[in-house]
Amino acid sequence: MPWDRNQMAARAADELQDGWYVNLGIGIPTLVANYVGDKDITLQSENGMLGMGPFPFEGDEDPDLINAGKQTITELDRTAYFDSATSFGMIRGGKIAAAILGAMEVDEKGDLANWMIPGKLVKGMGGAMDLVAGVGRVIVVMDHTNKHGDSKLLKECTLPLTGKGVVDRIITNLGVLDVVEGGLKIVETADGVTEDELRAATEATIV
Amino acid sequence: MKKIYANAGEALDGLLFDGMFIAAGGFGLCGIPELLLDAIKDAGTKDLTFASNNAGVDEFGIGILLQTKQVKKMISSYVGENAEFMRQYLSGELELEFNPQGTLAERMRAGGCGIPGFYTKTGVGTVIADGKEHKEFNGETYIMEEGLFADLSIVKAWKADETGNLIFRKTARNFNPPAAMCGKICVAEVEEIVPTGSLDPDLIHLPSIYVHRIVQGDHEKRIEQRTTRKREDV
Repeated sequence: MPWDRNQMAARAADELQDGWYVNLGIGIPTLVANYVGDKDITLQSENGMLGMGPFPFEGDEDPDLINAGKQTITELDRTAYFDSATSFGMIRGGKIAAAILGAMEVDEKGDLANWMIPGKLVKGMGGAMDLVAGVGRVIVVMDHTNKHGDSKLLKECTLPLTGKGVVDRIITNLGVLDVVEGGLKIVETADGVTEDELRAATEATIV
Repeated sequence: MKKIYANAGEALDGLLFDGMFIAAGGFGLCGIPELLLDAIKDAGTKDLTFASNNAGVDEFGIGILLQTKQVKKMISSYVGENAEFMRQYLSGELELEFNPQGTLAERMRAGGCGIPGFYTKTGVGTVIADGKEHKEFNGETYIMEEGLFADLSIVKAWKADETGNLIFRKTARNFNPPAAMCGKICVAEVEEIVPTGSLDPDLIHLPSIYVHRIVQGDHEKRIEQRTTRKREDV
């Protein structure tokens, strides 16, 4: 059985090490926060916060306290606030240990596309380009194939890039792959998924 | 020197002109200078270029100036929440320059610090790098981005003292300090003006040197994505 969204998020949480400062993207990456367990992880929100807490209880929403997805959130004892230039200073400066992001396409050279589809509504890259250029480790969490069944792990990205050669590890519903010299390397497969099945669903070169 | 004005319209008096470049603070609808944007709408100033992370929603934030067609160009990182914006952009009425969010923040900060250009890894190998100077440092490639120098900055803070020292609240700080720094003149709207001397000098977020005019007012502070959890879930 391929992993579901929550199993992918749980697998991604295994990547995080005690003491890390981490930025989580929107979608499945947001769920990773539910699976960090006892590890001491501080979440960064790039609109200007370290130490992001859970959603507020109904009635406790504060319009001055939101995450980068513009959702109302809460603070923790350890929380610090800062301005956007400082926030991206710590991102660009390599102080954030890892970012976990969704993607439309990843290729075997670690190129990432997750911000625009030409001809469709263009919303903007937000902080994604800064994150992939700056953080210590970029972990992509996404479905292995798109809704047409085509591989999202490509020899070469077809969509406009968010970053070139930036992805370190890819976690999909079928397994975990690393970007290495010459292509992608299978780290593990999801329970019940064979390596042959994973290879068959992958366009990128597997080494 | 008196920095306190009675209302947002008076605080902008003599500062607005057609074709001007305005840097605005805020992230989404959080910490936006909503009273000053209303006053710019009332003033009818046209052909505005805005550096602002977002463009508001249709009927709030910079969105209200799109409705009245006062905006010529946006420099932003994300504009997905605004249907009128998309309509004007796709019809060619509105120019749009996408900047990565951190590049936009740093362009503002740099402009305010007298730095006309800087190098960053952000956007290397993407369309953002097209036409920009590339330079190697320690074996890595960087692109040059330019500082922003605005005619006017409009920002929202929580508290000001009478000299213009500002304190922001939680994530409503966001782009406000760098936006404030990059303008020739900065007008700040605040929730409360307190007597000079009542703020702890060690806890000032933006020193008064960056703030030329202050106005106090009531803020709607709209929430864009209200998300909650139920108490029984815990």
